[in-house]
Amino acid sequence: MKLSVSKLFSKNSTLEKGANDSVVTVQKQEEKINSKEKGENSSDEMLECPKCKQTFKKIDVKENMNVCMACGYHYVVSADRRIRLLVDQGSFRPLKCKVAFSNPLSYPDYEQKIKSLQEKTGLEEAVYTGVGKIDGYDTVIAVMSSKFLMGSMGMAVGEKVTNAFEYADKKKLPIIVFAASGGARMQEGIMSLMQMAKTSAAVEKFNRNGGLYIAVLTHPTTGGVTASFATLGDITLAEPGALIGFAGPRVIEQTIGQKLPEGFQRSEFQQEHGFVDQIVPRDKMRDTLAHILRLHCKRGK
Amino acid sequence: MVKEIDERIIEIDKEIEDILSQECKDEAKMYVLKRERHDLIKMCKNIEPHDKVYLARHKKRPKITEYIEAIFEDFFEQKGDALGKEDGSIFGGIALYKGLPVTVLGHRKGNDLNENLKCNFGMPGPEGYRKALRLMRQAEKFGRPIITFIDTPGAYPGLEAENNGQGSAIAVNLAKMSALRVPIIAIVTGEGSSGGALAIGVANSVLMLENSVYSILSPEGYASILWKDSTRSNEACSMMRLTAQDLKEFNVIDGIIPEPIGGAHLNHKAVFKMVDRYLGRELEKYSKMSPDDLSRHRYKKFRTIDQNYLNII
Repeated sequence: MKLSVSKLFSKNSTLEKGANDSVVTVQKQEEKINSKEKGENSSDEMLECPKCKQTFKKIDVKENMNVCMACGYHYVVSADRRIRLLVDQGSFRPLKCKVAFSNPLSYPDYEQKIKSLQEKTGLEEAVYTGVGKIDGYDTVIAVMSSKFLMGSMGMAVGEKVTNAFEYADKKKLPIIVFAASGGARMQEGIMSLMQMAKTSAAVEKFNRNGGLYIAVLTHPTTGGVTASFATLGDITLAEPGALIGFAGPRVIEQTIGQKLPEGFQRSEFQQEHGFVDQIVPRDKMRDTLAHILRLHCKRGK
Repeated sequence: MVKEIDERIIEIDKEIEDILSQECKDEAKMYVLKRERHDLIKMCKNIEPHDKVYLARHKKRPKITEYIEAIFEDFFEQKGDALGKEDGSIFGGIALYKGLPVTVLGHRKGNDLNENLKCNFGMPGPEGYRKALRLMRQAEKFGRPIITFIDTPGAYPGLEAENNGQGSAIAVNLAKMSALRVPIIAIVTGEGSSGGALAIGVANSVLMLENSVYSILSPEGYASILWKDSTRSNEACSMMRLTAQDLKEFNVIDGIIPEPIGGAHLNHKAVFKMVDRYLGRELEKYSKMSPDDLSRHRYKKFRTIDQNYLNII
């Protein structure tokens, strides 16, 4: 079960023209995060699995793609790490779509909050978009991060997601979106709600032009993101045990006045109800995505 | 403030009714009451956002069924999502608007508890959204403009709704509506809360009644998420910028339909007349646009809806 991350990066891949500079910066960022990770975790720091309660060395869990070795519980993985786990080494470059901070409701302390999250996570916003190769197949990738204000969708997230679909449309590339979100960004009010329409319209345009969209639902995918681009994939995958739903469990319990059944709104539940094609453990994700991409590239004889 | 005024007006109306029912009418008292009523309504000229929320949710505010009856002719109701369920919280069908066939649909709220139980207080499940989409796709097939009336506390947050894909039903509506090749006019008549409102609101023109509200979430929900305290909803109302005036400023809506002072519930006829006028104007605007241009126009509208606040660097 234990898998070394470095194994995934054995394939050689060619870089896209003109992308070298950005690739270097990403590699630098990766190095930085790696060293930070090493510094943070001394080798014998222990971690108790929230599901099976077994204890393992944190570093071993990390090596195992942030998945519990005993029960397969999927810990949250950073956007950056997610991309490294997926793409052919050195093939990823971020899309140029930088959105300046904006505070339409003049929400108090919102700017400071975003700034401190940017420093803490190394991300610009709750979604990270770019282009890379998976097993040699060029693809646009958008990864949301639940560590950034619960992956909530404000104008910046909506714009970056829309931009990624538009880029994929223009370059005739497939797109893979890793959703992880608590929903709409409350601090941006109605502007956040409008991102649902904006992103969904972009998916539809991409869809009509024949593009392939693979949605991967990770823990948690709820609210306005579930009710927009996350559930519009041609193919929908989910990580095991992820919470996926529109209304949050607490709100539903309050509404119906009873406890929710075990496993409600989890990936397995969503699959049973017909909303997920396959549940894919993290260590099989790259191969599964490569499989789907391959099937969409064959032209036949 | 408006709540107290409204409660007093209801009392006054009852007193006036009592006087009228008596054989010997107390004209003097009636004059005083009418005067008070008049002054109270005048006090509603400038009101706070939470007052608007109160008016937007007013029990006597006109409902979709009344709008259809007053503004359209020859209405033919359509039911069901054609996938296994009828959801009464979405009401709609085909009608004539000044002789032109249109598809008209929207959230349905009841006038009393019994009616509200049948239409789930205007909170659709996925079946409601799929029913709406079925009607809208038909409208596209037959080249009929679509008119939607928005008035919902939100999509229903229930067990069955989740089982049947509430999120996906809303998402599909947003996506498909964005590309429809007929004119779509959406009118927020009461409260437009969350994705449950937007799911029938991806329109070429979005209008709001003067005292209606449109927001990411109900003010109570907003207060409870941000401050873990739903009693701070009045504060949330001001924070959220959910009034028609705010949203016009934000460029999220295209027009504001005036209401009688004191709220739409005080004079339904005047409201119907106004809605009719604005609707006619909007439909006229799109009558010459080609199907391609209509869907392009709608796409562009939502693609750039945040442009006043979004800075790409």
